[in-house]
Amino acid sequence: MTGRMRTTLLLAPAGTWFLVMLLLPLTVVLIFSFGERAPAGGVVPAFTFEQYANLPARWTAFKNTLTLAPVGTLASLLIAYPLAYFLAVKASPKWKTILLVLVIVPFWTSILIRSYAWIFLLGGRGIPALLEWVGIEGVRLINTPFAVLVGIIYGYLPLMVFPIYVSLDRLDKRLLEASSDLGATRWNTFRQITLPLSIPGIATGCMLVFILLMGEFLIPALLGGGKVFFVGNALVDLFLQSRNWAYGSAVAVTLVIVMLITVTVYMRLINRLGATREDVSIM
Amino acid sequence: MNVGGYRTGEAAVGKTVIAELRNVSKRFGDVVAARDLNLSIGEGEFLSFLGPSGCGKTTALRILAGFEAPSEGEVLLDGEVVNSLEAHRRPVNMVFQHYALFPHMTVAQNIGYGLRQQRPRLAKATIAEKVGKALDVVRLSDFEDRRIWEMSGGQQQRVALARAIVNEPKLLLLDEPMAALDRKLRKEMQIELQNLQRKLGITFVLVTHDQEEALSMSDRICIMRAGRIVQIGAPQDLYDRPNSRYVAGFVGSSNFFDGEIIGQNGALVSVRLADGRVVEGTPTGTLSRDQNVCISVRPEQMKLTRKADGVAVEVRNRIFLGEHTEYLVASETLGEFLVLSPRQSELNDGPFEAGDKLFVNWEANSALVLDRN
Ligand SMILES: Nc1ncnc2c1ncn2[C@@H]1O[C@H](COP(=O)(O)OP(=O)(O)OP(=O)(O)O)[C@@H](O)[C@H]1O
Ligand SMILES: [Mg+2]
Repeated sequence: MTGRMRTTLLLAPAGTWFLVMLLLPLTVVLIFSFGERAPAGGVVPAFTFEQYANLPARWTAFKNTLTLAPVGTLASLLIAYPLAYFLAVKASPKWKTILLVLVIVPFWTSILIRSYAWIFLLGGRGIPALLEWVGIEGVRLINTPFAVLVGIIYGYLPLMVFPIYVSLDRLDKRLLEASSDLGATRWNTFRQITLPLSIPGIATGCMLVFILLMGEFLIPALLGGGKVFFVGNALVDLFLQSRNWAYGSAVAVTLVIVMLITVTVYMRLINRLGATREDVSIM
Repeated sequence: MNVGGYRTGEAAVGKTVIAELRNVSKRFGDVVAARDLNLSIGEGEFLSFLGPSGCGKTTALRILAGFEAPSEGEVLLDGEVVNSLEAHRRPVNMVFQHYALFPHMTVAQNIGYGLRQQRPRLAKATIAEKVGKALDVVRLSDFEDRRIWEMSGGQQQRVALARAIVNEPKLLLLDEPMAALDRKLRKEMQIELQNLQRKLGITFVLVTHDQEEALSMSDRICIMRAGRIVQIGAPQDLYDRPNSRYVAGFVGSSNFFDGEIIGQNGALVSVRLADGRVVEGTPTGTLSRDQNVCISVRPEQMKLTRKADGVAVEVRNRIFLGEHTEYLVASETLGEFLVLSPRQSELNDGPFEAGDKLFVNWEANSALVLDRN
C-alpha cells in the first residue's frame, strides 16, 4: 500500500463525516436562505435576497453576540490564566490532580441546571438581597449583560483553563531558572519567558471559547431573560417559534460568515505574533 | 598517624577567594544531598566537582547559583554571606546540563538575554556589540539569527556558553555541559572551554562524572561521595596522594590489596597482606593502627620480571597498547590485577605471553597505604 493510499484511507471517515454532517446541512441552509417563507411555516424555494435585506431587524442580536463573545472570551482568559498558572506552576503535585478535577466538576451536571442556580443567585432573592442587607439597594443583576457575562465566564472557564494549563505545564522549568540566573526578576521572567511560551495555549483556549460563544443561546436565554439575546436566540425564535425558516437561514448564514471573518482575522493576528516564533503558531 | 602536607579546603595559594562554602548542608526531606561542604574557590581558578551519579554535584552547584538555599551553613561570594540573595542578583551564571536555551528566541536573542535584564538598561548598540563579541568567541558569528532548534548539539552548547559568558560573571558554573556530546566533539569542546577560561580569566566550576575530563581541564578537583567532599586537590595530587581507596579508584585506576597495619618505619608503614607477606607503603590520609587498610599500587608502577623477586603471578591476558603493554595477571593469594609495562622493559625482558609464570614487584615509595573504604 502506498503512503498516499494509506493517508486517503485514514482520512476517509473524517472526510465523509465532514461532508455529510457539515457541508450538506450548510448547503441546505444556504439554499433556504434565498427562499421565501411558506404560509404555514417552512420554506418555499425561490431566489430572492429579501431575507438578507431584512437582516437589520435582527441587528441587536448580532451586536450583543459580537460584543459579549469577545468580552466574554477576554474575561475568561483573564480569570483562567492565573488559575491555570497556579495549577501548573505553584500547586503541589498532590493537590494538582484534585484541583484539576474540581475545575471539571461543573461539567458533570447540565449547563441548564447550573444556569438555574445562577438565576437564583443573581435574582432578587440572591446577591441583590445580600447587598440590600448591607445597605446597597436597587441593584439589578439578572437579565442584564452582566448576568450573561457571569454565566459565560462560569460556563466556559474550564475550556479556557485546560489548554493554558497544558502549555504552562509543558513549559520547561529549567528555562525559568535560566532566566533568573541571567538576572531577570520574577516579573520579567514571566513577561519574557512564561507568557510567550504559553501563547499556544492562550490561542487555543480563546479560539475554542470564542467560536462556541458565537453560537451560544442557552446562557443569554436563561440569564438575559429575553433582554440580552444572542444570534443563537434569534435562530431558536425564528426556526422553532415563528417558523420562518427562510429568514432564519439567512441569519444563520450571516452568522457563519461573520464567524469566518473574525476567526480568519484572529488567526492572522496570532500567526503574526508567532511569526518570529514558529513553535507558537496555532493549529 | 596524620601524614601528608597537601591542602584540601583552601583555594590555591596566592589567589583571592571569590566564593566559599562553609559547613553547607542541604536536605530534601529525608534525603541529605549535601553534607557539611567546606570549599573555597580562588579567582580565575578552574575547579571541578567529580563524583558518581547522585553524589550531590548538581546540588552543590545549585547552592552556589542561588537556586537552592542551604539547610545549614553559609555561602559566601566575594567575602559576603549570600545565603538569602536570590539567583538573579548573584554575579554568577550557569550553563545548564541540557542548556535550557529559550526556544522562542534566536541565537542572538538568547545570548543577549542577560544583558537585557541589566538595570540601568544598556544601550541597544552596546548589547549588540557584546553579543557580537560573544558570538565570535564561541565561533558562531554566522548563526546569530538562527533558531535554537536549527542548531546542532555542539552549537547549542556553545550558545549556552556564550549566553553565560557575555555577562562577564565572577563565577561560571557548568553542569555536565558536555554530557550530551559525542566523544570527538566533547574533546574539542573541552579544549575550547579551557582556552576560553584562560582568555577570559573567569572562574569556572565544572560538574562532571568523567574523570578524564576533570583531570585534563581542572586546576583543582573536588571529589564527592554521598553528599560529602572526600578530597580536594590538584589532579596530580589526587593521583599521587589519594586519601582513600575511593579517590584512588576514581582518579586513574589502581590495584588494591587488603591488609592490616603492623608497624611504622619512619615515613613508611608496614602492612601485612592476605598472603602473610609484609610490604611497606606511604600512608595518606589519617590512619590508625587497627584500621582496615589497603595497599594501592598503580599498574604503571609495577614491574613484571622473570627473576624470582616479588609476588608470583601467572599472565592471564596481554593487551598491546603501543607505548605500554597491559597485562592482566593473577596471583594465588592476591587475586587478579593489572600491570602496565613500558615498551622498553618489554624489549629488555622479552614479551610475556599468557600462561607465563612471572614475578611482580614495586618500589616501596610507589605503594600507598589507604583507608579501605
Ligand atoms: N529537588 C530535590 N528533591 C529531592 N531530592 C533531591 C532533589 N534534588 C536532588 N535530590 C537528591 O539529592 C541527591 C543528590 O542529587 P544531585 O542532583 O546533586 O546529584 P548529582 O551528583 O548531580 O548526580 P548526577 O551526576 O546524576 O547529575 C540525589 O540523591 C537526589 O535524588
Ligand atoms: Mg547532576
